[in-house]
Formats: sequence, C-alpha cells, structure tokens
Amino acid sequence: MIAILLRRCLQSMLVIIGVTTITFATLHLGGDPTYLYVSERATEEEIAATRAKLGFDKPLPEQYLRFAVGLLHADFGTSLIYRTPALGVVLNRFPATLELTLCALSLALVLGIPLGVMAALHRGRPLDGGIMVFATFGQSVPNFWLGLMLILIVGVKWRWLPISGRVPLLDPLFSGEFATAWANLPRALPYLVMPSITIAFFSIARTARLVRSSLLDVLSQDYVRTARSKGLTEWRVIVHHALRNAWMPVITMLGLEFGFLLSGVVVVETVFSWPGVGRLVFNAINHRDIPLVQAAVIMFALVFVGLNLIVDLLYARLDPRVRFG
Amino acid sequence: MTVQSTPPRGRWRRAWRSLWRAKWPLLAAGLLLVMSGVAVFGPFLAPRDPERQDIIARLKAPMQMDRRKQHTYVLGTDGLGRDVLSRLLYGARISLAVGVVAVVLGGALGTSLGLLAGYLGGRLDDAIMALADIQLAFPFILLAIMFLLVLGPGVLNLILALGVGQWVTYARIARGQTIAQRDKEYVEAARALGQGHLGILLQGILPNIVSPLIIVASFNIASVILAEASLSFLGLGVPPTVPSWGGMLAESREQLLAGRWWLAFFPGTAIMLTVLSFNVLGDWLRDFLDPRLTEGSY
Repeated sequence: MIAILLRRCLQSMLVIIGVTTITFATLHLGGDPTYLYVSERATEEEIAATRAKLGFDKPLPEQYLRFAVGLLHADFGTSLIYRTPALGVVLNRFPATLELTLCALSLALVLGIPLGVMAALHRGRPLDGGIMVFATFGQSVPNFWLGLMLILIVGVKWRWLPISGRVPLLDPLFSGEFATAWANLPRALPYLVMPSITIAFFSIARTARLVRSSLLDVLSQDYVRTARSKGLTEWRVIVHHALRNAWMPVITMLGLEFGFLLSGVVVVETVFSWPGVGRLVFNAINHRDIPLVQAAVIMFALVFVGLNLIVDLLYARLDPRVRFG
Repeated sequence: MTVQSTPPRGRWRRAWRSLWRAKWPLLAAGLLLVMSGVAVFGPFLAPRDPERQDIIARLKAPMQMDRRKQHTYVLGTDGLGRDVLSRLLYGARISLAVGVVAVVLGGALGTSLGLLAGYLGGRLDDAIMALADIQLAFPFILLAIMFLLVLGPGVLNLILALGVGQWVTYARIARGQTIAQRDKEYVEAARALGQGHLGILLQGILPNIVSPLIIVASFNIASVILAEASLSFLGLGVPPTVPSWGGMLAESREQLLAGRWWLAFFPGTAIMLTVLSFNVLGDWLRDFLDPRLTEGSY
C-alpha cells in the first residue's frame, strides 16, 4: 500500500509539472505574450515597459524557471481586471463552484446509479429501453442549452425557480459560521436546483449507462450463478454479490466525472450567472485577463489531479487485486 | 500483404442489411446525410443572406410575415433582424466541418503515435504514454480555452485546439491493438518476405486495428461538436460574424428573459440532433464491427 501511495504521488507530481509546463508553453505559442497584456492602443514604450516588468524579455528557460518558482510560492501572477493576485481571486470564488459541482455529482450518483441498476435488471424490456433512450438523449444535449431551456420554461414561463444568483452555503461553512450556513440552507436550495441539474444531466446519463453495462457484466459471472444456485434471494445476490463488484468501474469514473463536471461549470455558471470560478473565467476570457485564466486552469488541474489520486488510492484500498497485483 | 477476413463488398452489403434492420441507426444515418447536404449546399438552400440585417423585421416569431407581406420567416428572426433559418443552415457547416476535421486530425495523429509506440516499444513508447497520461489527467476543454485565448478565435485554431485534444484516445487504443498484433504470424511472414517496417505498419497492422478506432471516432465527433458549441458559446469559437450554432445560442441569451424561445430552441435542437445521430450511429457501429465489445470499453 505504501509503495502504491508513493508511486501514485510521484506520478501526480509529474502530471502537475507537465500541466504547468503546457500552460506555460501555450502562453508563448503565439509569439511574444506581451501583446496579450497590453491594450491595443499601447505605445511602443508602454509595450517595452510591460515586457520588462513581466520579464518577457528574458530568455525562455529563465522565464520558465521564474514561472515555476512563482507557482511554488503560490504566485500565479496579477489579475489584469482586479489588480490583485490572481490566485486570491480564484480561491475567493472557489466555494461557489465546489458547492455546485458537489450538488451535481450527488445528483449524478443518486439518479444515475438506480437508473443503471434498474435498466440492467430489466434488460431487454421496455423499462431498459426507456432508460437507454433517456441516456442516449442525455449524452447528446449541450448542457448550456438545457440550462437556457430550463430558464425559459421553469424560470420565465412558470416562475417556479430563480433564474440567476446564489445564496452562499459553503463560504460560511468554510469560515466556521455553521449557524449562518444552516440558516441560509432553505434559501440557497432553490438557486441550486436548475444549475446543478443542468451540469449533472450528461453525467446522470453516462453513470446510468456505465452502471448498467458494468452490472450486466458481473451478472453473467460464475459466482453470481453460484450465489443464485445456493438459493439466496435475488435481492441478496444483487446487493451483496453483484453490486459489490460492479462498483469498481463506477469508482474509477468518479474522479474523471468530477473533473468533467468542473469543466462544465464554465458555461453553465455563465448561463445562470452563478458567481463561481466558471463565470470568473468567462469574464476573464472576455477581458483577455490571461493571468486569471491561467490561475483558474492550474487550480482546476490541481483539484483534478488530487481527486484522481484519492480515487486511485480508494480503488487500491477496495480492490485487493490492485493492492497486491 | 493485407489480411482481410471478408471481402470488402460482402462487408458493405452486410453493413447495409444490418443498418436496414435496426431502425434508429438508419434514421440517424439519414439525418446525418441530410445535415451534410445542408452543410455543403447551405448557401443554395438558405432563403436569405444570413448576414443581412433588417431593423424593421427584428425579432419576428416563427412563421411570421414581414410588414410588406413579402417574406415569411419560417424560424423567425433575431435581434438584428437576421433570418434564423438561413443562419441555421449556414451554421451546419461550422459544426460538422469542425467536428469531422478535428477528429480526423486527432485520429490521424493519435493513431500514428499509437502504432509507433506499440510497434517499436521501448523509450519512445514510454515517452508517448507518459504524455498521454498527463493529458488525460486534465479536462481538455480548459486547455482548449487557454489555447484559443492566446491564439485568438477562428475556424483553423478551433480545429487545432479541439483536434490536438483528441489524440490520446486513439493513441491508447492503437497502441494496445498494435501490441496484440505485433507478434502474429502474418506480421512475421511479411517481415520474412522483406517488407519494411512502414509497409508492415500501414498495410499489415493498420487494417486489422481500424474498427475500434472507427467506433471511437463516431462518438468522438459527437463530443467534439458539443465542445465546439461550448467554445463558441464562450466567444472563443468562430468570429461572431460567421453564423454558428453555438454562437447563435450565445446571442439568444439576451432575448431569453423576454421569452423569445425560438432563438435558443432551434440552434440547440440542431446541435442535439446532430450529436444524437453520431452517438446512435456509434452504438450501432460498435455492435456491428465488434460484437464482443461491451458498453464500458470506450
């Protein structure tokens, strides 16, 4: 277990180095990046001054070293819009995004897993067909469009739910104000419903499909037949014998799914004016605030790598074949 | 020195028969054919110039006529008085072209790297796979955002950003399949006959590993079209003057609160139908080309 832990941590480090290097390289793809930092009407002197200030006149290896050392000191550059350290701006918005993503992930699991199990148990029958049709549709709908349609019908036409905004839930929780968070809960939920359904929709469909195929795979195994022939109830066979092993691919998917949901927030937060990192990135894109986008991208990458590390270790913990193999 | 299990013509006939029996994939294929037709002949089919602005005919609902009773806007007009139907027909071009070309680009790149990694092994294999792991550990749409932000929007940059992001899937599959084929008798025979490495790879191994790649490509086009729509929605896709489905959706936001549903409904439906068709066709292709494979394999 320790060996696996060490190896995976080392791998994650490599991935992080790789990701930051790629981000650095992307910045220099279009030639001198100074022009991304100055306005179009900037004079030659201003451009030269910015170039010197940001160090873009130094040789590339030196720039890379400065960039890497900066990252190690949690220095992600200064946001051009906010004129404060980019990392701080991103971290400020992070609870909102985490809140939304966690809600979406729970939805994906709470709805996706039962749907998949039901489909597998009714294989070939109308229920299975119906769930699979839903899953195929779910994987084909652009999520921001779904959001727009929800706003149009549920928000504008029926006026059931608020179409934009947020009541903070995780922020007070993080700063230790549990009472505030608890008091905010009933007001916060209506704001969460539509954005999290929108983000989760694709994942619900994918989870249902994955659980179905994984369970069908397991159900055809010999040990399931043995369990049945021992005279166990169908419930016991499914829950204790089949599902236990069908979880494995689902757990692997979990980390990837979380990353997928995170990358979906950029558009969906914009649609619902949700004040999270995604909407921040959208604004930063529109104002060409490169350091801010860069900081957000690296932050997302760190979270993603960290999550996958946890998932992998969980996997090793749960599956002895990985631990000892 | 190609090894073919069935003669090509028999295979096509079998494919057609299987497609005919399965109703939905046939419908999907038909729909995609129509979409391709629209993409190619869009300019001839469009009733109006998609760029033509008409202040008098602003925000007409579908099937409404203009004041001079000369023209019926079948799918309505947008905030600048541009015809939604015409923009939709022109937009098919961007979505399909970007989807297909990006996948062909990523597929070719990934397949070549995968073939080389699997066939040669050693350091090169390690290096390529390490690169693949790094990229997989990272939601690629974020990289695409960075990339487009630096290089600026445009069809070519969009294709590059989306295409380069796809290579990993193909490289991993091609590598695995190549390793499985590398030591088969027919490869040894080709080698004994003095065929070069490149010939063995392209004429011997490639035809035998192509079906899983085609299956993946079909699903991949679907997800690339979705990604393109997202990027266009964020304003990172094609320039706003070029009609694209994602761009139309982005513009529709301003009119949403006023309940002008048609501006968001039609482009979204077009994206959904296209993506759905590719997904349904991919499902059928998987069952047809490789019945052993199950759902989770890709």
